[in-house]
Amino acid sequence: MADVAVGKDKCGEQRLVSLPLSRIRVIMKSSPEVSSINQEALVLTAKATELFVQYLATYSYRHGSGKEKKALTYSDLANTAEESETFQFLADSSMMPSFLADTSISHICTGKNQRESDPDSAL
Amino acid sequence: MAERPEDLNLPNAVITRIIKEALPDGVNISKEARSAISRAASVFVLYATSCANNFAMKGKRKTLNASDVLSAMEEMEFQRFITPLKEALEAYRREQKGKKEASEQKKKDKDKKTDSEEQDRSRDEDNDEDEERIEEEQNEEDEVDN
Repeated sequence: MADVAVGKDKCGEQRLVSLPLSRIRVIMKSSPEVSSINQEALVLTAKATELFVQYLATYSYRHGSGKEKKALTYSDLANTAEESETFQFLADSSMMPSFLADTSISHICTGKNQRESDPDSAL
Repeated sequence: MAERPEDLNLPNAVITRIIKEALPDGVNISKEARSAISRAASVFVLYATSCANNFAMKGKRKTLNASDVLSAMEEMEFQRFITPLKEALEAYRREQKGKKEASEQKKKDKDKKTDSEEQDRSRDEDNDEDEERIEEEQNEEDEVDN
């Protein structure tokens, strides 16, 4: 299947996308109004998502407090979602439960001023 | 909205790799940050899909296509993605075309092997005709790929 060929990184070759197309498709299809998705649209959405991950990570790092300690923390991400117009959709009330819904971290996000007390662990 | 966002998550390993490659060397990424980015990526897919679908519906189509996704990026104010996406699309189309020709070539070779020896003489003529046909197909595809 073209799905697998484009998604996997075999033989160290440069692949168009790293994210698995099958998973991207599952997410896209969870949208009730979507009927079908052409293969090119799927590939582009996967690629766009990769670009988005890169952009969100670098933006949050550059604008975040973690720069001094050479770390990217949850609060950097939360600040980005709150303060940047581009990433506003992440903080949008209808999406917020999805974005922040994680019982292990919900206690961290009690306020914007909450900083160093979060028990972030490095990878 | 999905009731169980964790079911719509993207693989951690891939997300982590993309983040690490984007950030300067030696920067640590907390588990919570990585998790948040992963979920944000899923939200992005949903948002982009919804946007793209609006364009498809405007065009009275039921199938999302590449241009719908590109239009969605514009709408979402991620214009910075449009050029790399167009490049990726071109690369993908070239790859698909290459695969198609490779499998057509294989089929031709297979057909030729089953030819009897009497047809050796006419084979050269066939080659020329096939090359013309492939060029014609390429030209047709170029026109379609707008």
